[in-house]
Amino acid sequence: MGLNSILFYFFAGLAVASAILMVTRRNIVHGAVYLITTLLATAGVFLLLQAEFLFVTQVILYVGGIMVLFVFVIMLVNLDVSLLQYQFNRQRFVAGVLALALGAQVFLALKTGQHSLFPQARIPEVLPKNTEAVADALFGRFMLPFEIASILLLVAMIGAVVMAKRRV
Amino acid sequence: MGNWLSPSVMRLLLPLLYAVVIVAVLPLLAGYIVLLERKVMADMQARLGPMRVGPHGLLQPIADALKLVLKEDIIPDNADRLLFWLAPLVSVSMALLAYAALPIGPAFLIADLNIGLLFILAISSLGIYGIVLGGWASNSHYSLLGALRSAAQLVSYETAAGLGLISALLMAGSLSMKDIVTAQYDQGMWFIFYVPIGFFIYMVGSIAETNRAPFDLPEAESELVAGYMTEYSGFRWSLYFLAEYANMIIVAGIATTLFLGGWLRPFASYHDHMPGTSIELLDALPSLLVLGVALYCFFLAPKQPVKIQKLVMAVVAGLCLAIAGVLAGALFASPAVLQGVHGAFWFMAKVFVYLYFFLWFRFTFPRYRFDQLMRLGWRFLIPLALVNLIATASAMLMTREWGPSLRLTTILATVVTLVIAMWLAKNDEVDSAVPVADGE
Repeated sequence: MGLNSILFYFFAGLAVASAILMVTRRNIVHGAVYLITTLLATAGVFLLLQAEFLFVTQVILYVGGIMVLFVFVIMLVNLDVSLLQYQFNRQRFVAGVLALALGAQVFLALKTGQHSLFPQARIPEVLPKNTEAVADALFGRFMLPFEIASILLLVAMIGAVVMAKRRV
Repeated sequence: MGNWLSPSVMRLLLPLLYAVVIVAVLPLLAGYIVLLERKVMADMQARLGPMRVGPHGLLQPIADALKLVLKEDIIPDNADRLLFWLAPLVSVSMALLAYAALPIGPAFLIADLNIGLLFILAISSLGIYGIVLGGWASNSHYSLLGALRSAAQLVSYETAAGLGLISALLMAGSLSMKDIVTAQYDQGMWFIFYVPIGFFIYMVGSIAETNRAPFDLPEAESELVAGYMTEYSGFRWSLYFLAEYANMIIVAGIATTLFLGGWLRPFASYHDHMPGTSIELLDALPSLLVLGVALYCFFLAPKQPVKIQKLVMAVVAGLCLAIAGVLAGALFASPAVLQGVHGAFWFMAKVFVYLYFFLWFRFTFPRYRFDQLMRLGWRFLIPLALVNLIATASAMLMTREWGPSLRLTTILATVVTLVIAMWLAKNDEVDSAVPVADGE
């Protein structure tokens, strides 16, 4: 059991624990903080897999961008009211089916993968530079899907502006 | 001893040493930047500034730090205790963590990451949580308003500043901070001369990101008491302060690395081509400069009224003399040592010039109104940054395809961008003349 395994279980445990805390907290700001912790822990797992570009993108986009907006909106909401309301709804059937599906996935993954909780790391010593590899893939092989996605985002953005403008 | 100093051990030990040095020196540096700020402000307003503690107020930062540590630590009754406790820590730890990828000299860096620049940007953008959560946890309207303003401001200006940085990144072709500086050495040009508008945009954006005047709306005294820091006192308050000044040094470091040639001295690439010419004298400049400061302090020491002040002045002079000695000694050492020692000097010199601009702006421009701030960010800086980016990329393409020198094409790109900037500014004026119907 090497350092990599210890770090992986640290980050994975942190991610799972704070994800659970996120959905069980009553105070929505605390929930947001735990969500940030989850995202950061996931970023740590990316770093462990030597995907440093993905790590930085996760931190910049999700933690530094999207979550800032989340927190921003949360603070505009009247928290005193939402603290008194019951925040959980019981949809046992749907939740049960989803949990079963997820459990089956985990079981399959464990069955087909290495039969060990502490797999040997098989990371090559020198990887090609992440950033260049991502750029090559995005602007070379996957040019069309990339452009379609960006146009989709642009449309969504313009749509949001138009809808907001009507109300103001 | 052989095993102890083996390269693999040194590779772990040196970064650790640098990290400890940075964490230890930074609070002191922040304190003295505050003193510098007060002195510069006093000078611009034709006053003397702090004069009482130590000669010319030289011991003022230490007295201030002592006062802050001894002050009572107050937590409001209705505050969210956990977040109130956590928020300043987040701010300061993220500010310190960002130094991990900042190269102060060719050898003086903790880690040379492939994604160095992105890492610094990502980590320092996390510092906003300290402000936002602290403002919310204080359970006070002033704090919350300050936090909200801060978040909105950061999100708006981060985009413009990032786009400004990308124009220099295009020239460097790498995200590693070390490679960016090396690229400037190889091309024989600091990138500020290729993309001056990118530098300008980054400068404005970085002032807004660090919540400095004229964009210091999150802590505007006349409206919000002290913004997000209103309920904080004593040590926690000083942590916020430290984070703010650490962030200022970080943005200055980024600008220095990307636009001002990092640790390179002026005319760095002419070093090898013309040995023995007058341009080599620039190598002697740092030691002469520090020697001059040392002599000035020696000259001033006997004039101090109190004995302890004479002593402090003499100590400062001795310190400067020692630094001058090290700088001069490096001249006769191997080129690697010369580059290392003088690199740190030039890097710090450029950082301080950048910081001086911060101070200068603060005491020159009145504070913006919030809607003015947003309009400047979204309707002027971001379009300008995009135009600048496209123009720079076209200039590089032109150079690659048709072969005129990059200096020529980037001048063309800058002129085109400037014309568009004027058009943008003119259009903005016309729009803002129309009365706004219902506020923000």
